[in-house]
Amino acid sequence: MSQIPAELKYTKSHEWIRLEADGSLTIGITDHAQEALGDLVFVETPEAGQSFGSGDAAAVVESVKAASDVYAPVAGDVIGGNEVLADAPETLNDDPYGEGWIFKLKPADAGELDGLMGADGYADFLKSEQ
Amino acid sequence: MAQTTPLYQKHQQAGAKLVDFAGWDMPLHYGSQVEEHHAVRRDAGMFDVSHMCAADVSGDQALAFLQYLLANDVARVAAGKALYSCMLNEQGGVVDDLIVYVLDGFYRVVVNAGTADKDVAWMQARSQGFAVDIKVRRDLGIIAVQGPNAREKALPLLPQAYRAPAAELGVFECVGDAQGLIGRTGYTGEDGFECILPVDDLPALWDALVTAGVAPCGLGARDTLRMEAGMNLYGQDMDETITPLQAGLGWTVAWQPEARDFVGRKALEQQKAAGQLPRFVGLVLEGRGIMRAHQVVDTPAGPGEVTSGGFSPTAGVSIALARIPRGDFDRVEIQIRNKNVPARVVKAPFVRNGKILIDLPEASS
Repeated sequence: MSQIPAELKYTKSHEWIRLEADGSLTIGITDHAQEALGDLVFVETPEAGQSFGSGDAAAVVESVKAASDVYAPVAGDVIGGNEVLADAPETLNDDPYGEGWIFKLKPADAGELDGLMGADGYADFLKSEQ
Repeated sequence: MAQTTPLYQKHQQAGAKLVDFAGWDMPLHYGSQVEEHHAVRRDAGMFDVSHMCAADVSGDQALAFLQYLLANDVARVAAGKALYSCMLNEQGGVVDDLIVYVLDGFYRVVVNAGTADKDVAWMQARSQGFAVDIKVRRDLGIIAVQGPNAREKALPLLPQAYRAPAAELGVFECVGDAQGLIGRTGYTGEDGFECILPVDDLPALWDALVTAGVAPCGLGARDTLRMEAGMNLYGQDMDETITPLQAGLGWTVAWQPEARDFVGRKALEQQKAAGQLPRFVGLVLEGRGIMRAHQVVDTPAGPGEVTSGGFSPTAGVSIALARIPRGDFDRVEIQIRNKNVPARVVKAPFVRNGKILIDLPEASS
């Protein structure tokens, strides 16, 4: 069973979102997602200053198998991408909720977060997908 | 309902991620595709390839039939040897690629899983007028043991009858009979054996190999290994619309003797005479990203296409096989998601016997 930390928010496209103390968001892909993708070999993170609408493709993760888009869970401006992943994409497999974060976003409207799933909701969603 | 091999339970017990492959439930990996890849390059790994199909060809005209059926010439190899060949249609397109093992008094052909039914029907139809018998051997399964230490680890575990002769096999040689076969062949660019044995004997051999330290490897690693070795994959690098001359397989077409009439020969001769054949090349990505099949290759002579692409765990860069227009250039660009990423044209293989054979881009580490 994959890990689903209780304090995070989740999307149906398997991103996780952590609301930081300063109001910024840290975004990555879930344990379930990294496991389904397999060994990651390339990650393309967005650059600081890029703006995304909710649901826009913001990053790309490529495993030995295939490429997948990572979507902006809410609208906002990119604060920065995780540069560690350029040289060590496997970090995302090893620590998807920690060192393997993908990018940080300044949300346009913090209220948009309310539309995302909590840990229980995401767990139910995974069950329904199987 | 998907078909399963005699090793299906072993895969389940080992925690394999099972996926549909040509109607078969097969292991994609057992945890990490990259680790499995390295196991084969550095030590020893094994693959259940029992979904592939063996068929025995015998009879007075077995040799004449295979000389007609195949683009390579079985008469070139003696008993106890293996031969790689394409089987063509009249247009020169590849119906399948296969291995023929030449045994004492008969031939054992091993074809791809996805094309097996089509291949057998094709062979039966071509055999009209030849005194031959084609017998599908679904009672046999295949374990490929590959890697620098594969032969040493596997030898003591092989059936007694094959053990001594298997120890003496040269590359692309085999020992076999009606009950089984050990060939010093493979699809990884490493040394090793392919063990074609009765399905009931496979689980015990698999367990013994695990105990001997041979790592179970899935079809995912098999694909990255064969790509590094510059080996074509049927259905991806060539198919019924592509001839061997368009897929880097010209070396497998035996033009001599000229009198040998094989299926597709006329079409190949015409294609060769017309010239302007594409180049089938290796590519090494010099920018960031991963090349994938069907991406467009921009060259000074026009567009080409990636036929197999991915990440090379051994070299740590993205590599590909591609069909590109003729021309004297070695710099191309790959269209990856709205960006053009530079790549260099190289001669495959990329990796053979554990060694990287290409120059790596300076930016990579």
